[in-house]
Amino acid sequence: MTTSAQPQAAPTPQAFKSDYKPVWCPGCGDYSVLSSVTKAFALLELQPENIAIVSGIGCSSRIPAYTTCYGFHGVHGRALAAATGLKLARPELTVVAAGGDGDGYSIGGNHFLHACRRNVDMTYVVMDNHVYGMTKGQPSPTTEPDWDSKLSPGGTGMRAFNPLVIALAAGANFIARTFAGDPNTTAALIAEAISAPGFSFVEVLSPCVTFRPEQREWKQMVRPAPVQWTDDPARAARRLMTDDGMNIGVLYKGSRAAYRTHAAKTPKRPAELEEEFRI
Amino acid sequence: MPHVESEQRASVSVAIAGSGGAGVMTAGNMLLEAAAQAGYYALMTRSSGPQIRGGEAAAMIRIATHPIDGTDDRYDLLIALDWMNINRFAAEIPLGGDSVLVGDPDQGEPPEVFVRTGARYTPVAFKATAKKIANGWPNMIAFGLVGALIGLPEETLAKVVQKSMKKGGDALTGSLAAMRAGVEAAAAIAGVPRVGAAPPQTPRWLVTGNQAAGYGAIRGGVRFVAAYPITPATELLEWMAPALAKVGGALVQAEDELASINMILGASFGGVPALTATSGPGLSLMIESIGLGITAEVPIVVVDVMRVGPSTGIATKSEQSDLNIALHGMHGDAPHVVVAPNSVADCLLTTQWAVHLAETLQVPAIVLADQFFGQARAVVERPADVAFAGERRTAPAGAEGYKRYALTESGVSPMAIPGTPGVTYTADGLEHNERGTPSSQAADHVAQLDKRARKLESLDYDGHWADVEGEGNMAVITFGSCTGPVREAFARAAADGVRARLVSLRLLAPAQPARLAAALEGVKRVLVVEQNHTGQLYRYLRSEYDLPGAVTSFRRPGPLPMRPDEIHRQLIEWSRA
Repeated sequence: MTTSAQPQAAPTPQAFKSDYKPVWCPGCGDYSVLSSVTKAFALLELQPENIAIVSGIGCSSRIPAYTTCYGFHGVHGRALAAATGLKLARPELTVVAAGGDGDGYSIGGNHFLHACRRNVDMTYVVMDNHVYGMTKGQPSPTTEPDWDSKLSPGGTGMRAFNPLVIALAAGANFIARTFAGDPNTTAALIAEAISAPGFSFVEVLSPCVTFRPEQREWKQMVRPAPVQWTDDPARAARRLMTDDGMNIGVLYKGSRAAYRTHAAKTPKRPAELEEEFRI
Repeated sequence: MPHVESEQRASVSVAIAGSGGAGVMTAGNMLLEAAAQAGYYALMTRSSGPQIRGGEAAAMIRIATHPIDGTDDRYDLLIALDWMNINRFAAEIPLGGDSVLVGDPDQGEPPEVFVRTGARYTPVAFKATAKKIANGWPNMIAFGLVGALIGLPEETLAKVVQKSMKKGGDALTGSLAAMRAGVEAAAAIAGVPRVGAAPPQTPRWLVTGNQAAGYGAIRGGVRFVAAYPITPATELLEWMAPALAKVGGALVQAEDELASINMILGASFGGVPALTATSGPGLSLMIESIGLGITAEVPIVVVDVMRVGPSTGIATKSEQSDLNIALHGMHGDAPHVVVAPNSVADCLLTTQWAVHLAETLQVPAIVLADQFFGQARAVVERPADVAFAGERRTAPAGAEGYKRYALTESGVSPMAIPGTPGVTYTADGLEHNERGTPSSQAADHVAQLDKRARKLESLDYDGHWADVEGEGNMAVITFGSCTGPVREAFARAAADGVRARLVSLRLLAPAQPARLAAALEGVKRVLVVEQNHTGQLYRYLRSEYDLPGAVTSFRRPGPLPMRPDEIHRQLIEWSRA
């Protein structure tokens, strides 16, 4: 497999940004997430060709092409599955899956559960704005139950999904929450998530100023988590169940070993497999 | 009972049935092994009741002096260790007036549905005899009985017992004694044909279609598999899991088929040839993402071990009814490759070819295998070594002005593999321009549609597109597991002086109208044979090909395998018309 052989100078954050103009609305939180992601790559002194960003469908899922890394912009809801296959086939790559709350928690909800369980060494960045933006304003799993919309008048009546608690219960090894409006903290948290072994989950509160203008208030609502992260899942569960969703920082770090395959270190020739069929 | 001399035949078919735990599959597999050791060709299919464990089961084995790819019209011998629900197998184990029926008198009389066939019944007290032998079991008596009746040497039977009981001791002694009791009981049973002299020895394998497909995939270069368990594809995956690890690859059990198809897309995007295997319900779930593989030009191989559909259908039985979804399931204009193996051994070649085609063309390839081959275990000639391997065109580091989806003459454009500097790009399911930038421009859409269609048309599929055999002005077109029975019907028809051409299509998509036209040059009548209810192949051929002369469809759905006699009758009727 091809890898870059010569040591290269560590690129700046700008070197990770492509010349494509994002489709995002002015004021969208995803712009600063893009900046934070590129800053994290620079902090870690990575090279763009050794990173792959994998996404599904939605506003935030457009992020791969806005970087100079390898990108995979697949179908709706399956980013984690594609990222898992890529990381297991090419363990030396840095793999980041990214997307929104609808892509990750609704249509892709099953993969979210099993990615946490499987604990493959990769990072999942969810830009959560509690709404489907690309289809112009429908409630997502993290939307409040009484949020009115054309598709679900009067609200869905469904309890909002708590992704961090679910991630913890399902086995994610690193759980953090951050706010798009704080790009330096976000960059540092994403860098830490990438460095952490196993499956790292970073929930980014990323306002949709078009369909949820009230999310502009998030800037006043978020705060650094009042206590240091814990490695005790029971304690983390209690904190995550009782906080108001506005605590920022690393909230849980586990010590599970990352998933690995059983690929032989010294592979046999395929022809040797024939033995068992011979009469 | 009148004494009937046992005649010699080129092919003998036997079935061993009993309730779960009676060990009929063990006896069947040992018989297969004994046939292989004695130098014969053989094929075993299995059937079992709907219970997960403990239901009735039947091992159906055909032993022959020549290679075989299908079941015969009737069974020469049915041995039932008991009759619990065995009547459910009546349609699957057809008997005739010449057949012999053996049952344990202590388990009651044979069911009416078998008696009606006119088969001659002989009681053998399996259970009572086994009780008298320390560590003896009725299924070992049945094994010895069948082996002796069809003429397998006793020392071969004993060798197989020894091989299957490596631990030796009392278990081995008891099994050998039970087997010998079966051999002795054979003397009292007349009318079972013996298989003719064994053919000259050649290198052979004992393999299932699912194993052959898995091995073909590995030979083609597949090193990553993700899959979700589903009957009848599970055994393919269970064989591949350790095999892939040995050659440095990996198999991952996914949470569902949506995950497995996307995992292999991710792996292949990373440069590692990748495959998944499933059956109809799983293929249905994967379809959207196969479309992604087509648009983003990510090579993958999807093996569909077809079973009876639609919906859950009959999970353990064969039907060729996924042809429509394999060919036309995708939304949008989505050119891709569909191939179908036409024998147990051909599962190897065809799957290996599929990897080669997918990698060379950077396109998803669907392998339409079927339950019949997938779960059949057979003695086959060792398949020839073929050189098909993944030959993906990749982009070198720092390629000047690199465009992932460049409009090349062949339609295939070099693919940059993550890790390669200077050529990074984003693979996209959105329509895009040559660089890969999402585009809703009409010109880009047309150009990329043309490119994706062109690459499939520009490849030379060589002689592998179909097996073309025979001569005459009548032709049968078929695919998959109908091919064996058609070949057998041809051999019988030839004895009646009726000749016809066979075209067994291995490449179903892209269609090859010019090649088929050449193969059918001078043909006045065409019969399209397939195992489904609506004539899916017939309709596809009608839409994609100009077929010469009068064209007739002969089809019927599963779950019963196509039998040579059904097709033979069609050929004879046809020749008289």
